[in-house]
Amino acid sequence: MFDALSERLEHVAGRLRSRGRISPADLDEALAEIRTALLEADVELGVTRHFVEAVRERCSGEVLSKSLSPGQQVIKAVHEQLIEALGGEALRLTYASRPPTVVLLAGLQGSGKTTAAAKLAQWWKQQGRNPMLVGADLQRPAAVEQLRVLGASAQVTVFSQPGDPVKTAVAGVDEARRIGRDVCIIDTAGRLSIDEALMDEVRRISKRTEPHYTFLVIDAMTGQDAVATAKAFHDALALDGVILSKLDSDARGGAALSVKEVVGRPIVFASTGEKLGDLDLFHPDRMADRILGMGDMLTLIEQAEQKMDQDVVARSAERLMSGRFTLDDFLEQLHQVQKMGSLGGILRMMPGMSKEIRQAADSIDDGQVSRVEAIVRSMTPKERAEPSVVDGSRRVRIARGSGTSTQDVNQLLKQFKEMQKMMRGTGPAAALAGAGGGRLGRMAAARGLGGASAEDSLAEMLSSRPGAAPRPEAPRPAPGSKGRVGRTKKKGGRVTPPKGR
Amino acid sequence: MIALWIAIGVVVVLALSATVVVRRRRPPAPPPTRTVVPSAAAPRDRPAEPEAPPAAQPRTAAPALRERLGRTRGLFAPLRALGGRADTAAAFEAAEEALLRADVGVETTTELLRELRASGVGGDGVLDALADQLVGVFAENADRRLRFDDEPGVVNVWLFVGVNGVGKTTSIGKVALARRLEGRSILLAAGDTFRAAAADQLGLWAERAGTEIVRGAEGGDPSSVVFDAVQRAKARGNDLVLADTAGRLHTKVNLVEELAKIRRVADRAPGRVTEVLLVLDATTGQNAVVQARQFTEAVGVTGVVLTKLDGTAKGGVVIPIERQLGLPVKLVGVGEGPDDMIPFDPESFVDALVGL
Repeated sequence: MFDALSERLEHVAGRLRSRGRISPADLDEALAEIRTALLEADVELGVTRHFVEAVRERCSGEVLSKSLSPGQQVIKAVHEQLIEALGGEALRLTYASRPPTVVLLAGLQGSGKTTAAAKLAQWWKQQGRNPMLVGADLQRPAAVEQLRVLGASAQVTVFSQPGDPVKTAVAGVDEARRIGRDVCIIDTAGRLSIDEALMDEVRRISKRTEPHYTFLVIDAMTGQDAVATAKAFHDALALDGVILSKLDSDARGGAALSVKEVVGRPIVFASTGEKLGDLDLFHPDRMADRILGMGDMLTLIEQAEQKMDQDVVARSAERLMSGRFTLDDFLEQLHQVQKMGSLGGILRMMPGMSKEIRQAADSIDDGQVSRVEAIVRSMTPKERAEPSVVDGSRRVRIARGSGTSTQDVNQLLKQFKEMQKMMRGTGPAAALAGAGGGRLGRMAAARGLGGASAEDSLAEMLSSRPGAAPRPEAPRPAPGSKGRVGRTKKKGGRVTPPKGR
Repeated sequence: MIALWIAIGVVVVLALSATVVVRRRRPPAPPPTRTVVPSAAAPRDRPAEPEAPPAAQPRTAAPALRERLGRTRGLFAPLRALGGRADTAAAFEAAEEALLRADVGVETTTELLRELRASGVGGDGVLDALADQLVGVFAENADRRLRFDDEPGVVNVWLFVGVNGVGKTTSIGKVALARRLEGRSILLAAGDTFRAAAADQLGLWAERAGTEIVRGAEGGDPSSVVFDAVQRAKARGNDLVLADTAGRLHTKVNLVEELAKIRRVADRAPGRVTEVLLVLDATTGQNAVVQARQFTEAVGVTGVVLTKLDGTAKGGVVIPIERQLGLPVKLVGVGEGPDDMIPFDPESFVDALVGL
């Protein structure tokens, strides 16, 4: 599994002596670790080399910071370099003076074009546009049918006709013009970059439909091949941007850096799930964290907000803070967290977790979570509210009822008690520091998190990270609702055009 | 602010969960490798052993793996170019670069080269030694046959699993055609009830392959589709059910549990799951190893189908998968057509990888 780069570098940094400046030899060691981390993250070999050299230049001779260790300083440099590489100029979407604005999607088989096309249609609809979808993938069985179903879901018209994909695409754009649509999204068949005939076909589609935007859809888990593919498509089509798909996986996503370096165009969207709404603007800073194996806290929190029941979480959290957190609350929290996905996966996404917890994460199978649940469920309501009444015979009963052992029950109760004490006594900062350890804890401590100022401090910490937009207060859901109201707005601001082109 | 409470909640939960000691992990039982003993009463018209790879290729004689991969050479060109005057250090550098570019991964590359260095080979011997070494990795998982249980009354089920977009449905179509041409009686199960028009897609493949298909309602329970398929296969005398499943990320607990349930249901008599094939896209990077590990843990993968090998990607990630997990690659996809699937041959794969 991916060890946190920070841990690795701490290990290396431990041996770096403080000499006032970062020496080339010190750098070499640190950069070797970084090279490994990037390769493990699937960044292409050539791109990795250039990147590491760029960091070397950036760091060479730099004065050692007073508050950061040399290792941390290198990480910081890498992090910044990565964000720059991934970000840069955002794509300002403008619209054609003579509608429709044609958007062409291309990519390998299975990259997620059809899903992305439908998501884009929905996204544009929410922006107040009137989009239309063109199904020009006549190769894959039932591809047009898939687009039709998705289109119906998004309430967007889908056009297609059998025969030649080039003719279909052209007819689609004509139709969009005829019925007065202002955006026309063309889905094409997946094709290998080395398939000359098919690459020629998509070139012809581009030539005949004159797209305003051509996006390459690429799978976030793509390996070294990302460069070859991106290059070939860019050479053929002159891409305007890239859509990175399947970012809800735990792939580190180094392909993002590779493609960005090679194509030189912005990564415009991040596709983060199978549902139509799972399309976000791309955040270079979050991607940088992810590639470096440092977790993606913001996405985690967002996912949590989306999927967890706000009411339940708020209630439990309140009780947690006031020391009235019971095993029932714990169980509810467990369910909420499970809704977000694999517990191990979540842990991996959290930065700065201590090594012990990371290792525990690797060995957590969600069967463990079910066991914990089984134990709690085998308790009576009274036992859950007052775990202190659970004596020996009760423990045996609980163990039997849940199919676990008395040791397991003992352990759970003991840990719960510890946690209660910790929360009650010292507040969230200490709990975070204690349980999380490492960077997150130190970060929290350094910002003076504690007690009542916790929310402000965390908000400040999150919003001060480059690229993160200040988070508006999430609308309070009506009592009884599931808390998913108002999730249609995109995060991080809209991409709005000035008038004209 | 909600975010803080959520973060705390997660940490609390995780801290607690992480400390409940459960050393006993119960991975799902691997599919029983049955040594088939024909009952005395059954007619002895079929050999009592796991199915051997097809003796005859499908009718258009799909070309050998090496030829199909012929377009994507060049990775090891620098190494070969060193030719007779190869300096050992340069040769190893070139070998490392080539392995990394093939998606073999840092850890495995480092290990392989360490072993290679220890063997004392040098200069122009490096390339050949590397090829031998790689073939050796594959030799550890020698049995690449697709398992088929000949016991009468048993409905074999081959389950196709994997993340989104890898080529499960297309692979089933190809496997169905190949098996039918061998004389098997196949039934397809449209176990992807989630993806729009997934059953339609598989239906078109059923037509191409000349087999029947069992479908359920879109959004319905995939386990019941597979169950129905097994029942129908029993009634109609089909001996093999090929079950499609929805693409799912291994990180999504509920979906992975759903898959485990599908497998359990498929394994109920008269059904018997004899293959759980993980479909992997050759363009995938190191995440493929994670996928292989997680899926194996959840449903007991028996073999890998490596798809899209006709592209520029080398698919070298199967090397760590074979080495670390002992999972054999059984089939290779080399195109979108019905004939484009061939048995995996380690020597051809390595030759193509190394550029011999």
